[in-house]
This record gives sequence, structure tokens and C-alpha cells, in this order.
Amino acid sequence: MTDYLRADRGIASWLLTRDHKRIGVLFLVATGVALLVGGLFALFMRLELATPEATMIDEGSYNRLFTLHGVTMVWLFMIPAIPAGFGNFLLPIMIGAEDVAFPKLNLASFHVYVVGALVTLFGMLIGGADTGWTFYVPYAAGTPTAVIPILVGVFVLGWSSVITGLNFIVTVHTMRAEGIGWFDMPLFVWAIYATSIIQVLATPVLGMSLALVGLDAGFDLGVFDPERGGDPVLYQHLFWFYSHPAVYIMVLPAMGVVTETICTFARKNPLSYRAIAYSTLGIAFVGFLAWGHHMFTAGMSTFDAAAFGILSMLVSIFSAIKVFTWVGTLHRGAIHVSTPLAYVFAFLFLFVFGGMTGVAVATTSLDVHWHDTYFVVAHFHFIMVGGTLTAYLAALHYWFPKITGRRYSERAGLVGAVLVFVGFTTTFVPQFLLGNMGMPRRYATYPEQFAALNAMSTVGSWVLGLGLAWVLGVLAKALVAGARAGEDPWGSASFEWRTASPPPKHNFEAPPVLVGCYDYTGEADGEPEVRHA
Amino acid sequence: MEWLRELLFLPPGAGSMADDLDALHLVVIGTTMVGAAAVFAVALTSVVRWRRRRPGQRTARVTSPKAFEVGVALSLIVLFVGFWVVGYRQYVDIRRPPDDALTVHVVAKQWMWKFVGPGGRRAQGVLVVPRGRDVVLRLTSRDVIHSFFVPAFRLKQDVLPGRTTTMWFRAERAGTYPVFCAEYCGLDHSRMRAFVVALDPPAYARWLEGERVTQVAGLGARADVDVEVDSEGGEDMITRGRALASRYGCFACHTMDGQAHVGPTWRGLYGSTVQLASGETRVASDDYLTESMMEPEAQRVAGYDTVMPSYRGVLDATETAAIVELIRSLEDRGPAPAVDLPPTEVHEAAPDAGAPATRDGGTP
Amino acid sequence: MPEAATHEAHFESLERQKMAARLGTWVFLASELLLFAGLLALYASGRASHPEAFRYGVAHAMVWAGTVNTFVLLTSSFCIARAVHALRADRRRLAGALTGLTLVLAVAFLALKGYEYHHHLAHGQVPGGRSAYFVEHAELTGLPAFFTLYWITTGTHAVHVTVGAAVLAFFGLSIVRGRLRAPRAHRLEMAALYWHLVDAIWIFLWPMYYLMK
Repeated sequence: MTDYLRADRGIASWLLTRDHKRIGVLFLVATGVALLVGGLFALFMRLELATPEATMIDEGSYNRLFTLHGVTMVWLFMIPAIPAGFGNFLLPIMIGAEDVAFPKLNLASFHVYVVGALVTLFGMLIGGADTGWTFYVPYAAGTPTAVIPILVGVFVLGWSSVITGLNFIVTVHTMRAEGIGWFDMPLFVWAIYATSIIQVLATPVLGMSLALVGLDAGFDLGVFDPERGGDPVLYQHLFWFYSHPAVYIMVLPAMGVVTETICTFARKNPLSYRAIAYSTLGIAFVGFLAWGHHMFTAGMSTFDAAAFGILSMLVSIFSAIKVFTWVGTLHRGAIHVSTPLAYVFAFLFLFVFGGMTGVAVATTSLDVHWHDTYFVVAHFHFIMVGGTLTAYLAALHYWFPKITGRRYSERAGLVGAVLVFVGFTTTFVPQFLLGNMGMPRRYATYPEQFAALNAMSTVGSWVLGLGLAWVLGVLAKALVAGARAGEDPWGSASFEWRTASPPPKHNFEAPPVLVGCYDYTGEADGEPEVRHA
Repeated sequence: MEWLRELLFLPPGAGSMADDLDALHLVVIGTTMVGAAAVFAVALTSVVRWRRRRPGQRTARVTSPKAFEVGVALSLIVLFVGFWVVGYRQYVDIRRPPDDALTVHVVAKQWMWKFVGPGGRRAQGVLVVPRGRDVVLRLTSRDVIHSFFVPAFRLKQDVLPGRTTTMWFRAERAGTYPVFCAEYCGLDHSRMRAFVVALDPPAYARWLEGERVTQVAGLGARADVDVEVDSEGGEDMITRGRALASRYGCFACHTMDGQAHVGPTWRGLYGSTVQLASGETRVASDDYLTESMMEPEAQRVAGYDTVMPSYRGVLDATETAAIVELIRSLEDRGPAPAVDLPPTEVHEAAPDAGAPATRDGGTP
Repeated sequence: MPEAATHEAHFESLERQKMAARLGTWVFLASELLLFAGLLALYASGRASHPEAFRYGVAHAMVWAGTVNTFVLLTSSFCIARAVHALRADRRRLAGALTGLTLVLAVAFLALKGYEYHHHLAHGQVPGGRSAYFVEHAELTGLPAFFTLYWITTGTHAVHVTVGAAVLAFFGLSIVRGRLRAPRAHRLEMAALYWHLVDAIWIFLWPMYYLMK
């Protein structure tokens, strides 16, 4: 039987496909392009920040650059990349289904994403906005730049996200194959499920808030204008009610990837399935209640600050439970270090450090100094890049044979992982120190005392950029000339490996027997072929 | 302590809170680094100890004991809640200004900081304060959101349009400390800088007398910030407040002699407890009076009608401050002062806002 | 072509498919509710900081129009619920007629709302607070916020009414033409669920903007 890649031919068979695997691949390609664009923005920013004064570009251009970097990375890359890309490809296979519940809606979700991306791109081409990806009012309502098309674009992207989430929730509830109960699913499915709940419930609030900013900017409605009875801080509450949970939209799927990768490469069951599953739901739930920690310096009452502080701490406890479970899973395993696992180790280090600095900024009094400085920039890049991007790269390598049917060069892959890790640390550790020194974020120019650390950060960004370019090269080469992967090159017990790689059009040729996705105790898991290509 | 600060690139602490905050900072960051390193070390050790010996190797099914899971979760909760308790207590200290502090009004606008200190001394780009004395800032913005950030004090406060926020500090060491705008506010956000100049009390007294801060603090060499000091005459705030109140028609409804009119009288208002229409009570503080000018309806005193317009965007912060100073001067201390004039006369006789300054602030 | 009671290929059974459709609709409704939640939060906060202005605004609303519209929507909800019932019993003519009646009520709602909007415009109660009306009421600083929110909230709701009516019109036509019959009655049921949501949201807006003086 032919695999899903060869089942139909022609551009239309891709762009109008209802096959969740092809839609997943479409999302991966589109978000990959977004990563490339957002990364180039970042390299430009760092280049400009190599020296204190405005040299290459003026302040106005710099302000647009960091806005576009944020918008691209958050909405075009990070939110859809793992859920809509890998989630689409893997979720139905992992629960033994033929497709998601609503395949047409799934395709619509991709088309909506493309429309949103094009509108955003249009906004960038006519000059871009200079508001930051947070669109704080009143500045965003009065900026002379092209903020409206970008707001519209992000609004549309939000709908794509809601549709994907809705589809996944219903799929997990109604499409599980016989015999797969809630606690028999691979944990990646739990991660995507929890993510979907956040997407469905939080995104509409963002949509409405951005629409209101758009109305303020376009029609002078003054919804948040204090002179007309509005309250700019209320916008921040609405914005972060979405955007804080959105952090978990970005990081929960990454955590799912980490669980899968560790179990496969340690050939071990997770130390506690339930601890991971429940902490996933816990993060999704408590994540909705922590948004206020973004406003500790906005003049919040001390009572509110106390509540938001303790709730933020609670989120980090769920994350910490996950970390302990992952490390515990390695114990008494049979560990083979391959590229995906190398990325997961990078993830562990960066996520623990980034997460613990999250505890630091959740400590109300300390946040007063760190808020809106480079410390916060470094903190969320540790989570978003150090966490999500490394997990994304782990996923890309781990499931590359599944998606394409080919192997990449292990040795070259490991070089890429080392470059990314070194580049990342060199870029962002200095930014923690800059934050301690008191350098505020979103600064096009800065006083002389911040120069040395900034220069170091810039050099790091080149190594990181080089690392990502290297990864792109390695995977591109593998796509063209990689060796055949075979069904299960990693010797994984997880369900997605129990069909051909790449999978046939309808996922399984015969109704599969899906039990024991983390069972490495003995029977049934054929001889693995872990080889260096 | 100092070497640890240097290790973390923290600037020397100069504010009253800096040492306490840095102590917590060191504990939290220390735990962070140890925790991350420990997790990573355990993971690396596992890789060696439990490396795969042959392909397809089987492993035992291992699950964690419940007690272990609960123990880990509980100890983390204790640790994090510990951070939170200390952090919250410090936060309360940060947010609660002491009683008899020096008040300085701060106005932010794209892209500069303006300060109006005691006695109406104004400055742009330089906030002059006495060392060792509590200072309360009352901050407001004319346009978008800014944030007043003094790294040396480890403090920052967002500055909002249409609202007054407060922050307080006590400079423990004389010196010059950079101020940054920490909330993105447009084109020249990164150039919206200023300085806090903390002077020893005698030097501060000389500055109050009219001496230039550049001479007092030896600031002349600093070229990296636009320092414009005492650009306007340091006219007596109360006189100026009276002129403004007259110009903006306040006396049409408020009296200074204790008689209720369309609105409450100003005599004895400052510091008194007022009964609001909403049923709550408030102390008529600087904050309350400022809010009432900007948002009359929100804090209306019981028994008066909703007739007062909002003065938001009409009065700037220095003007608001002057009127608050006037009301403060009418805080009830015995009989009405002789300068009190009937409202209409005040209206007629009001000195122009640009009346001759009592001091020429520009030249020492 | 009359449809058979078959299910789509990737579902196990028609029952599963119906379950998926139902769950999907409920999840969508939850999402929609959150869309309005932001507006409710703005109202609550606005009302807390400008009680006078919001009371003044509510006191000058067209109470009769809002109240009539409440009953129009409630009746329409009842009609569409009966229509689903009728379709399940395969009483197509009755189902079609009831769906038609729901549509008529939807149009009536929009017409009355439009009349109200016209009235507000004529009095200068525009969104954005830039008219002589707001200059006259300058002492009520929160009044522009009230009317802006009023327009945005009821406007968003009206958009939902319009979309819901379009969906109902589509299914109504399918019923009349015989393309939607008892086995697929769950489709009309989904549309009806959406319509109930539109109704339920209005039940919140009615006191907020007409009754709570």
C-alpha cells in the first residue's frame, strides 16, 4: 500500500487535502518559514544592539523589528508549530484513529492560518507596527505605524488556533480506538489535549481585546482611553488573560515531546504516567489564574499581587513535578544519546533554569526590579526558545523518519544540537545579567555600561543562527539523500511507530493492536536499528 | 555581599530597600542555579550509569513510590511559598509609603521626565532628593504608559495616563543614579532617561535655596542626559494654586472659608475623613484630591451633586500639585487665615499665572 | 437526493459521529462565551469606576425595545427547539414552518435593534464619545465608555444573531427541499444550540444595558 506522501499527486492534492498528516506537514512547512523569518529579524536586532548607539538602523526601524520578531515568533511560529504541526500529524495515529474528527475543519484551520499570515505579512510590508507584540494601549491606539493589519492578522490567526484546538478536543474524546482508555494514550496526546483546552478558552478573549485595540486605533473609539472612562491597565488584564495561558500553549506540547523522546531513548516507562498527565492538566488550569503577575508594577493592590504571586508559584510546582518525573524516568533505563535526546538534555537544563527564574520573577518584590528588563527577556526566551524551540528541534529529529521515511545523519545532527545549545546560552545568559544591571527591554540604544554584555549576546546569536542553519542543512540533505528509515528506527514502543514510516494514507493498514505504549519490559518490541548513518 | 552583587552584575544598592531585596535575590537565584545544575548533573550521570548496552535492551518497569512524589511536591511547595512570603512582605513595604515623606510630583511624557519638588522647585531630567529622607513620588503621564525605574534602588513603578501612581524610596547614599523608562513608549523610549541626585542635607538645603544642582552635585560633566534644571521660576506653590483655582473656576463651587457651597469647602478638607456617596469613607489625602480632580464622579462626597467636570487633560501634574498644596495649606489649624478672600474677589484679584516669581530659580 | 443514515468513513459509527458533532458544538459555544467574557469584564470594571455614568446610561436606554426583543428571542428559541423536535419525528412541514418562524423573529429582533441604533445616533449617543451629547454630559466622565461598550457589545451580539439566522436559513431551505430529514436531525439541533447561546447572551445583556439603573 502506498504511503500518504505518494497516495495523491499534484499541488492541489496537498493544498486541498483532508489528510491530517498532510495538513500537519503543511503546518510544519509554514511555521518553519515563520521561524526563519522571525529568526532573521532576531539576528538583525542583535546586530544593531552590538553597539550602544543606533548604527545600522534608526530607533523607529528597531522598534518595528522587535515587534515583528515577537509577532512572527509567537503567533506564526510557536503557537501553531508543535500543536498544529506535530499534533496534527501524530495525534490521530497515537490514538489509533484514521483521521481527526472534523477533517474539513482541519483543512480550514490551515487556510485560515495562511490568510492570517498573509494579512500579517501585508502589515509588515507596508511598514510594520512598532507597538511590541503586546499591543499595549494607549500607545498602540495612537501609533502612526501599520498596527491595524497586524492586529487583523493576529485576530485571524487566533481563529485558526481555536479551530485546531476544538478539533483535537473532540478527536481525543470520540476517536480513540477500541481499548485505548484515557490513561493508555501516549502522553503527547495529553499535552496536546490540555493545550487545546487553553486554545479554545483563552484565544477568544485575546481576539476581543485585539479587536478593541483595533477599534481604538482605527475609529478612535477610545475603549481604553482614560479621558473617556476607559482604563489602559484593563487592557493589560485582558491581554494577559490570554497571553499568559498562551505561554502554556507554547510549552505544554514541548513537554509532551520531551516525555516521548525520553521514554523512547531510555527505553523506559515514564516514572509516573499520572503525575505527568495530571500536572499537564494542572498547568493548563492554574495557568488561567496567574496572568496578573505581568502587572506587579502597574499599581496593583497588594492583595491582588499576593494572589497572583502564589498562583504563579503553583504553576511552577506542576512544572517541577514534570522535571523530576523526566529525570526519574532515566533511572534504570537503557539510554542511547541520539540527536533528539541531546536536544531534550538541552531542554532540561534550559527549562529548569528558565523555570526557576520564573519562580524568581514571581517573587513579587524581586519582580519590581526585574519587570520589563532584560532579565524578563532572558527568562521567557529560556522558556520559549530554550524550552519550546529545543523541544521542537527534538521533535523534528525524532519524528523526521516517521514523517519523511528517511534518516538524517546522527553525527551531523549532534553537531547541530551542540551549536544550538552553545549559541543559545551565550546569547541569553548575558541578558539575565543585563537585567540585573537594570537595562530595560525594547531599547534601541543603551548607555555605555551595558555594551560588553550586549556584544557577547550578539556573538551568541550568530552561533545560534549558525546552528539553526546547520540543522536546516542536515535535514534538507536527509530529505533528499537520507537512508530509508524502516518502520521503527528508534525501537520505540509508542503507537505512532506501529505503522509504516511514512504511514499509509489511512494510518494503519490493518486495525492495529495498541497496548503498552511505554512497555519496554519484553515482548513485542522488535529489534531496534539504532545506527549512525 | 558586595562581591556576590558584582558576580550578578547588580549595581551598588543605594535605596532603603536595596539590601533586603538583594539578599532575597541572592537566595532565589542561588537556589535556581543549584537546582538547574543538580537536575542536569543527575541527568548526565544517568546517561553514563544507565547507558544502553545492547540494542533492544529490555528495562524493568519502574514507578515512583507515592511518598516520594508527595515528598518532592511538598518540599517544593514549602520552598516556593517561603520565597513568596518574604517577597510579599517586601512588596508591601515597597508599596506602602511612610507618613511624613517629602512629596515630589513626576510627570512623564514622550520622552522626558519632569519633576516638581517641595516648594515648587522644578527640574527636567533630574530628580533632586535629600539623602536619608523618605521621598514619595506621585507619578502621572501625559500621553502613553511609561515606567519609572531606578536600578540602584531596585524599584520601578508604571506611570499611567489619567491616573496617579505612587512610589517611595529613601536614598541611603549621596550620589547620582540613572533613571530609565522601562515601559515601551514609542520612538525614543530608549532615550527617555533621567537621574536621581541624592544630596547630603546641607547641599540639599543649598539647592532648595536656589543653587544649581550641576554645581551642588558636580553633574556638569554628564553629557548623556538632557539636564534642564529650574527652567521655570520656583514660584510659591500656594500662590500658584490659588491663581489656578481661580482661573479654572474652582471657586464657583468650592469655598476656602469653611462654608459648604455647590461642592465641599476646602477649609479643613485636607486630611479629614470624608463620607462618599458610595457609602465608603476616604481620607482626603494628596491621592484622593488628585483623583477627585481627574475623576470627580468616582469619589464624590455624599450630599453633593454630580456637577464637577473632570480636569483630566486640563490641569497638568504641576498645576494639580499646586492646587493640592493650596488645599493642604487650608488644613484646619484654628481660625481662617487673613489671606482668605471671598470667592468673587479672589476671582477678580487673582494674580496671573505668570506673576513675578518670588525667587529667580535660574541664577543662584 | 434523500440521504441514507450513513456515517463518514473515518468515524466508527453514526452514533460516534453525532457525539463528535455535539461535543464540537459545545466546545465552540464555550469558546463563544469567552469572546463575550472580555466585554462583560470591561462592563463590570467600567461600572465599578463610573457607577453614576453607567446608571445614567442604563436609565436612558429604550427599555421597551430591549424588553420586547428579549421576548422575541425567547420565543424564537422556543420555536427552533420545537422545530428540532418536529424534524426528529420526521414532520418536515412543521419543522420547516417553525424554522421559518424563528427566522422571522430573528429579522424582527434585528429590525428593532436597528431602530434603537437609529434613535441613539439621532441623539448623538455614538460610540467613541465624540458628539455634542457627551459635551453636554461632560461631568459624567464614564458616559463615553458606557455607550462605546453598549455599541460594541450589542453590535457583536447582532453579528451573532445574523450569522445564526443565516445558518438557520440554510437548514430551513434544506428541510423544505427535503434534503435534511430525521436521521440527520442533529445538524439542526447544533444550529439550534447556537441559537440558544445567542439568546442566552442577550439574557445577560438585557439587564446590563436596560434594567440595572
